[in-house]
Amino acid sequence: MNLSLLILIPLLTAILLLLLRNAAQVKWVALAGSALQLILAFVLLYTFHQQRIEGNTAQMLFETTYNWFPSWGISFHLGVDGISVAMILLTAFVVIAGVLVSWNVTKMTKEFFFMLILLSLGAYGFFISLDLFILFFFLEIAVIPKYLLIGIWGSGKKEYSANKLALMLMGGSALVLVGLLGTYFSGGVHSFDLLKLAQLQIPVQTQMICFPLLFVGFGVFTALFPFHTWVPDGHSSAPTAGSMFLAGISMKLGGYGCLRIATFLMPQAAKEYATIIIVLSVIAILYGAFATMMQKDLKYINAYSSISHCGFVLLGIGMLTKTAITGAVLQMVSHGLMTALFFAIIGMIYERTHTRQVREMSGLLKKMPFVITLLFIVGLCSLGLPGLSGFVAEMTVFVGSWQHPDTFSRTATVLACLSIVVTAVYILRAVTKIAMGPLTESFDQLKDAAWNEKLAAIILLAAILAVGLAPNWLINLVSPGAEIIMQKMQ
Amino acid sequence: MNDFLTLMKPELALTGIIFLLLFIKIGKGMGNERLLLLIQVLLLLNFLTGFFFNKPGSLFDGMYLTSGLIVLQKNILNLAVYLISLLFANWFKKSQHMPEFFILMLAALLGMFFLISSGNLLMFFLSLELATIPVAAMANFDLDKKRSSEGAMKMILSSAFSSGIMLFGISLIYGATGTISFTEIPLQLHGSTLEVLAFIFFFSAFAFKLSIVPFHLWTADVYEGSPMAATSFLSVVSKGTVAFIFLSVLYKVFLPLQMLWYNLLVIVSIATMVIGNLFALRQQNIKRFLAFSSIAQVGFILVGISGSSIQGTSSVVFFILVYVFSNLAAFAVADAIASKTDAEEIDDYRGMYKTNPFLSWVLALALFSLAGIPPTAGFFGKLFLLTAGASKGSYLFIIIAALNMIISLYYYLRVIRAVFMEKNENPIEKITIEPSTKLALVFCSAGIVLIGLLSWIYDYIESLA
Repeated sequence: MNLSLLILIPLLTAILLLLLRNAAQVKWVALAGSALQLILAFVLLYTFHQQRIEGNTAQMLFETTYNWFPSWGISFHLGVDGISVAMILLTAFVVIAGVLVSWNVTKMTKEFFFMLILLSLGAYGFFISLDLFILFFFLEIAVIPKYLLIGIWGSGKKEYSANKLALMLMGGSALVLVGLLGTYFSGGVHSFDLLKLAQLQIPVQTQMICFPLLFVGFGVFTALFPFHTWVPDGHSSAPTAGSMFLAGISMKLGGYGCLRIATFLMPQAAKEYATIIIVLSVIAILYGAFATMMQKDLKYINAYSSISHCGFVLLGIGMLTKTAITGAVLQMVSHGLMTALFFAIIGMIYERTHTRQVREMSGLLKKMPFVITLLFIVGLCSLGLPGLSGFVAEMTVFVGSWQHPDTFSRTATVLACLSIVVTAVYILRAVTKIAMGPLTESFDQLKDAAWNEKLAAIILLAAILAVGLAPNWLINLVSPGAEIIMQKMQ
Repeated sequence: MNDFLTLMKPELALTGIIFLLLFIKIGKGMGNERLLLLIQVLLLLNFLTGFFFNKPGSLFDGMYLTSGLIVLQKNILNLAVYLISLLFANWFKKSQHMPEFFILMLAALLGMFFLISSGNLLMFFLSLELATIPVAAMANFDLDKKRSSEGAMKMILSSAFSSGIMLFGISLIYGATGTISFTEIPLQLHGSTLEVLAFIFFFSAFAFKLSIVPFHLWTADVYEGSPMAATSFLSVVSKGTVAFIFLSVLYKVFLPLQMLWYNLLVIVSIATMVIGNLFALRQQNIKRFLAFSSIAQVGFILVGISGSSIQGTSSVVFFILVYVFSNLAAFAVADAIASKTDAEEIDDYRGMYKTNPFLSWVLALALFSLAGIPPTAGFFGKLFLLTAGASKGSYLFIIIAALNMIISLYYYLRVIRAVFMEKNENPIEKITIEPSTKLALVFCSAGIVLIGLLSWIYDYIESLA
C-alpha cells in the first residue's frame, strides 16, 4: 500500500474544508475524512500483517522514496514498522473521536475542523517518515494547530496556556533540530535518511552530545520531568477535541521520537544516559500521581495523571529491554486511547453541567447513565484494571523493567508500581463523588449523551477493549520493532 | 556591442524605464491611476525579460561581471520591486509625486544591480552610492510628516558616515594589495595587520547597510518614519542586495581571510539575533516591530553566510527569495490597515479576524514564514541557513541560533494572538483593498506556501551557485 495516502487524504480533506462555506457540510466532510483515515489505518494494519505472514522480514515495509532537496541529502522517504502502524492506528481512532465530539462547535467551525485535520496530517507524516528532515517538518506542523486550537477555542487563561505550550514545544523542537544537525554532520554521509544513519556507527562522542539534545527535545512533547509544565495548562485550557489530540496524539510524538530517533540511532549514549532517564521518569510518575491527588478540576486531574502515565513510556524506553520497550509502545497506545476517552467524557460532562469542579457534582449516574458508566470504565482503565488496556501496558513495562537484576532498576520499578495505588485513590475518589450520592438539584434536567458522543465513546472504548482483552495482536505487531532497536544495543 | 546589450540587459531595461518616467513626468496629463497601471505593466515586463537571453560574461576589463547567479539575484530584486508597485497601490494612488518615487526607487535598484555586478572596488563604491542616496530621498516621501524627514536625515547621515568608513577601508586595501580588481585582491592578501584592519573597516561599512548590531541604531527610526513602500524597499530589496554582495565579497575577494571573517560573523550574528529579538519583544508599533524583527532576520542570514561556499550561497539566496514574499506581505497588510484606519499599534489589531479574515490569514502566513514554521517557505529557508552554518561544526552557535527562533516565535505569536484570539469591542473596520493589491497578496501567500514545498526552486538556485 502506498503510504503517501496517509498524508494525501488529510491534506485533501483540509483543502476541501477551506473551500466549503456551510457549517453542516464542514462537519460531514471532516467526519468523512477522518473515517477514511480510520479505514486506511485498518487497511494498513491488514496489509502489514499479510506481508509479515508472507515472510517479509524487512525492518520497514512499504518503503517509498521521492526526491526532495537531493543536494542536502533529504528525500521524501516513507516506511512503517509495527511500532509506526500501532501509532497510526491510535491516531486514526483519536481523530475520528475528536471530530465526533466537536459536533457542536459553532465558533468558526470551518477553521476548527481545518486545524484538527491539519494536526492529524502532521501526526501521520511524523509516524511514517524515515527521513529526519521530513520527520522534523511534520513534528513542527503539528504544533501551530495546537496553539490556535487552544488560543481561539479554549477556555480559562487560554492565551497564556497556548503561548506556553507553543513556546515550550517549539523549544523542544529547537533542541531536536540541533541534535539532528549534529547527527547529519557526524556520519560523513551528509544524509538525513534514518536507515542510512542507522547503519553507520555514529561516533560515541557525537552521540554523547546529540542524544541528550534529541531526548530532551522530544521529551518536552511527552512531559519529561522537569519539562512537563505545559501539560496541565495546555490540557485544561484546550477545547475537548484539542485536549484529546494533545494527550492522545501529540504527547505520543515525543515518545515515538525518543524511541525511534534518539534511542535507535544512538544506542551507546542511550545506555550511558539510561540512569538519568529512569530517575527522571520515576520522578514524573510519582510527582504526577501525587499532584493529581491535589486537583479538584477534572481536566487538571486527567492532565496530571497524563504526566504520570507518560512517565511509564519514558521508563520503558530508559530500561532498554525488549519487553520494556514493547511496554512503552503499548503504554503510548493505551494512554492515548484512554485519555482521549477521558477528555471526551469530561467534555460531555462539562457541556451539560458547565462545571469541571469535582465537588460541585454528585449523583450524575442517575441522569447520564451512559456518560458516567464510561467514566467508570475509563477510570478503571487508568488505574490498571485487568481486561482494559492500561493493565496490559503497565504490566509489560514492569515485567520488562524487572528483567534488570540490579538494585537501582528494581527500586525504580517498585517506586513506579507504587503510583498505581495513588492512581486508584484519586480516580475512585473523583469518580465516586461524581457518580454516586444525591443528585445536585440544578442538574435535574440533564440529558444523556447524543448520538455523536455515543459513537465517539464507543469507538474509543472498542479500541481500549481490543487492546485490553486480546493484547497479543498488538504485542506481536510491536515487539519485532522493539527487537530491532535492542539488536542495535549489542 | 552585442555583448554589451545582452550582458547589461537588466540595467539597460531599468534605465529605459527611468527615462520613460522622466518624460512622462515632464509632459503632463496622465492620472495617477493610469500611470500606476503603466508602471506596473512596465515592471512586470522588466521582470519577465530577466529570464531570457542571459549569458555569463564580463565587460570593461572585468569591471562589470555577470553570471547565472547574478542574473537570478537581479530577477529576485526585480520581482520584489514589481510586488511593491502592486502591494502599495493604494498609497501610490494618493501620492502627489508618484513618478518621482518610482524614479528614485528604480535608480536605487539600478545602483544595486551595478553593485551586484561590480568587479572592482571603484565600480563597487560608485554603485553603492547610487544605491543609497535615492533611498534616503524615498524615506522622506511622507512630506507632511516630521518623522519622515527625521528618518531620512538619520539615514543620509549614517549612510554618509558608513560610506566614509568604507572608502577608508578600500584605500587601505589598495594600499596593502596594490590593486582594486576583485580577481587580483585575493592573490595579494596574506593576513597582515594592515589587511585585517582594512577588512574590518570594510566590514563595518557593510554592517551599517545591513543593520548588523552594533551598527543597527538607525534602522528602527528610519523604518518607522518612512512611508511603508519605502520601508519595505529598504528592508527587502536593500537588505537582500547587501546580503548578495556579502556572499560574493566574502567568498571570493576575502577568501584568504576566511578564519577572520568566520569568527567575526559568528560574533556579530549572535549579537544581531539576540539584540534584534530582544528589542522586537517590546515594540508596540508594527513598523518598529517589523524593523527589529528584520534585524534579527539579518542575524540569521549571517548564520548561513558563515557556512561553506556553495551551500551558504544557495541557502542565502533562497532565504532572500522567501524573505521577499513574507516580509512584503507583512508590510503590505500593515500598510493596508494603516492607510485606512491610521492603526499602527499591535493592540489595534485585536479581534481583526472577525472583520478582515483575508488580511488576517495573509498576515498570519507571512509571520509564520518569518518565524520559520512549516509548511511555509520560511521553515525551509531557516533550516537551510542553519544547516549551512552548522557545517563548520560549532554546536553552541547553532543552539543559540535555534533558541533565537523561539524568542522570535514569541513576538510573532503576539501579533497572531492579537489578531485571532483577543476580544475587542471595536475591531478595525472592514477594509476594502485594491484589486491589484489583493492579487499580489494572493500571489505572495501562494509563494510563501509553495516555494519551500517545490524543491526544484531550491535545486535551480543551487545549480547556479
